[in-house]
Amino acid sequence: MSGPYAVPSDRLERRFQEKNPPLAPGAARREAERCLYCADAPCITACPTRIDVPTFIKRIASGHLRGAARTILEANVLGATCARVCPVEVLCEGACVWVREDRPAIAIGRLQRYALDEGAAPGLLPKAPASGKSVGLVGAGPASLACAGRLALHGHSAVLYEKRSLPGGLATTGVAPYKFRTEDALREVDFVRSLGVTIRTGVTIGEDLAADELLATHEAVFLGPGLGPDSRLGIPGEDGPGVVGAVEWIERMKNGEGGSLENVERALIVGGGNTAVDAARALRGLGVPSVQFAYRRSEHEMKAYDHELWAAKQEGAVVLDRTAVAEVLRRGGSASAVRLVHTDRDGKPTSREIATIPMDLVILAIGQARLTELVRRFPGVELDGRGRIVADPVTGRTGNPRVFAGGDARNGGKEVVNAVAEGQAAADAIDSMLREES
Amino acid sequence: MADLSVRFAGIESPNPFWLASGPPTNTGAQIERAFAAGWGGAVWKTLGNPIVNTSSRLAAVEFGGSRLAGLNNIELITDRPLADNLREIADVKRRWPDRAVVVSLMFDTRAEWNDILRRCEDTGCDGVELNFGCPHGMCERGMGSAVGQEPNVLRELVSWVAESTSLPILAKLTPNVTDIREPARAAREGGAHAISLINTVQSVIGVDLDRLVPFPRVGDASTHGGYCGPAVKPIALRMVADLARDAGVGLPISGIGGIATWRDAAEFLALGASTVQVCTAVMHHGFRIVEDLIAGLSDYLDARGLVRVSELTGAAVPAYRDWGDLDLNYRIVAEIHEDRCIGCQLCWVACHDGAHQCIHLPGEEARAGHVAPAAARAAARAHSAPAHAPYRVPWVDETECVGCNLCALVCPVDGCITMEERRGPERPETWNDRVRAGRANPPGGLRDLD
Repeated sequence: MSGPYAVPSDRLERRFQEKNPPLAPGAARREAERCLYCADAPCITACPTRIDVPTFIKRIASGHLRGAARTILEANVLGATCARVCPVEVLCEGACVWVREDRPAIAIGRLQRYALDEGAAPGLLPKAPASGKSVGLVGAGPASLACAGRLALHGHSAVLYEKRSLPGGLATTGVAPYKFRTEDALREVDFVRSLGVTIRTGVTIGEDLAADELLATHEAVFLGPGLGPDSRLGIPGEDGPGVVGAVEWIERMKNGEGGSLENVERALIVGGGNTAVDAARALRGLGVPSVQFAYRRSEHEMKAYDHELWAAKQEGAVVLDRTAVAEVLRRGGSASAVRLVHTDRDGKPTSREIATIPMDLVILAIGQARLTELVRRFPGVELDGRGRIVADPVTGRTGNPRVFAGGDARNGGKEVVNAVAEGQAAADAIDSMLREES
Repeated sequence: MADLSVRFAGIESPNPFWLASGPPTNTGAQIERAFAAGWGGAVWKTLGNPIVNTSSRLAAVEFGGSRLAGLNNIELITDRPLADNLREIADVKRRWPDRAVVVSLMFDTRAEWNDILRRCEDTGCDGVELNFGCPHGMCERGMGSAVGQEPNVLRELVSWVAESTSLPILAKLTPNVTDIREPARAAREGGAHAISLINTVQSVIGVDLDRLVPFPRVGDASTHGGYCGPAVKPIALRMVADLARDAGVGLPISGIGGIATWRDAAEFLALGASTVQVCTAVMHHGFRIVEDLIAGLSDYLDARGLVRVSELTGAAVPAYRDWGDLDLNYRIVAEIHEDRCIGCQLCWVACHDGAHQCIHLPGEEARAGHVAPAAARAAARAHSAPAHAPYRVPWVDETECVGCNLCALVCPVDGCITMEERRGPERPETWNDRVRAGRANPPGGLRDLD
């Protein structure tokens, strides 16, 4: 790896094969030739960053890979990440008109990866002359990286402050390992750095650097801190070995040294969203024999994408719906069983017991806390009733005119591509503001 | 089952499918394998005095996923000794007496022609095909298409051959001429018994953009070649049809040019061919394709109630006319079938930028007084469609539609856009009818300018 960030080579993540390996050149060209080149193409509209899909695909077909990469990156500086982690089934590929003719959608995600693997080169994107202005960005996840990359192209200096030792945010810590590995996420970080962005890791705002100081150092600030720790159930026996938050578990599986599931025969995922499904599929992929979901409402109400839940069930995960965990039982300190109860119509646990079943690992995928304390350090920035940063829907500008926001901290938790779109829109708005002032 | 056998210029063949002279007919072993697969005849790779070939020799146009949409070659005639060829011709004919074995020839002097014709007769072959078509290499030496492009030379050369042999004579023509009827009439006048066409079309197939050398590359240079394969079929069909309806030609035709399926073959037959010859498709897929040719044509003839394949020959020729004999009052308009439309809007962009601006998007309003049956429906659907699934089916302004077909041609979905007849009160009238009636000039010309 070319960048300064290192991860151990002995990680559970590395046991996974890529779900969508790179396309061979011939396969890519043939797939590109299948694209109809629709007028006002629905795939463009379906992409939050509005990548001009037919144009980049036509360029692949004509062997103009550099041009294909430029088309993608002009719309989305994290195009390589999005190519791998986007739920294309419900975005661009879901909108492909071929689906209506009962034919496979164009493999847009894989073509996008191919174009960037083969066509991205230094100096591909035009860069404005240096403005002398600087912007500080809180967090180094997709929203901040995209914002910083776009700001650098506009000619501004961009400095990212990241509390972790590894930049990249959820792209580095939270993407399913068969979609995107940490090495690839860090390569994307290196690409953004190559645009002229500075990243300072191990800096926590409010501890290592005061918010006031940040505001005084930079002409504008972008808040892209993401979300906080995994939420807890608040049930007896929850604290201690064998019960872990899903985001924390996935991060350890992806980036932690060693790691073992040797003593885990049975795992229970509490929750029904995409993080829950990612955890379940990872556990099955790592060979855990019994993986079950406990979901408090009916199965069809699970918030995970249908195609992801379907895949998890294909791989052997089992859904226990209308079910809550009332207690974790322990033997010798470690989790040994869970007591399951029925839920009521509102999804709340009742006292009607289902069973107490042996369980070695309980993963909580019931949401994440908001980083409200951090946000409140910035005067004028407001939070809504659900702890999300209040910002202009187009520009991302908060109640403090010099502070902008994007990503999960603003939208409550969406896809990487939504974070990228918000970060880039904020960068454009910041650029306009700085140019008006100069 | 329909009778596929043909008698062509006196040559018997169990079916109309022959291999054209080319790489697949280079050796006796190849032709025997072809006959075993079912081919009715073969035209041997052209015999002539020894030549030397280049490496490489072939290049192709790939289009829309088809690797050999068009093929170009700079290979010359046979590069094997005449003695080997003549011995193998005799062997093949002896072992496959019911198949048509025709020998392609290209020689220079009258003495050479007399000599080779005597030797051909000794092989027992069914006929000779005179190669007046090869448009590369040999033409630089005054043979091949150099002859095919000079009707007087061609006539004389055919007459030499006709005087020195009783074998049936096929004259194979080059398409690289202004009027294909001239060499065909000359061939008849010289004594040919049949015409085969087309030979390949002169071409430069492309350029290697890294080396800046055309394809196929021979070291640091290339030359023009002969173009064949599916891409040339329309050129060949037109020339076959032009000869089929020309009273000055009046010879049986062996159709050649891009034939790959039974459907292609049936089209050549319908426009006047009695046999067809195939080369590129065999180079691509092998001799086995003859199974599709035979089964497909046979079922087609059965479905149409035709007993003999000869009944198909020329069946579409009466419908191939001059432009001036087409009905100017015939009218069709495009209809977009909403239930089949996938919303790519290629018809809209094609009509808008490349045709007559009669297709419109939902949301656009129809012009007052215009006939546009789907406009109101499109407006209503567009209005009620959810934001995440906008209504994308375009509509047609029939008043503006000229019935050009472009939208139906670009539409990727079979049956989504159909061209519907709109019969008016007018009786059929052609341009020639108008000329005869003294109404040839519509208003708007020079004479109407002040």
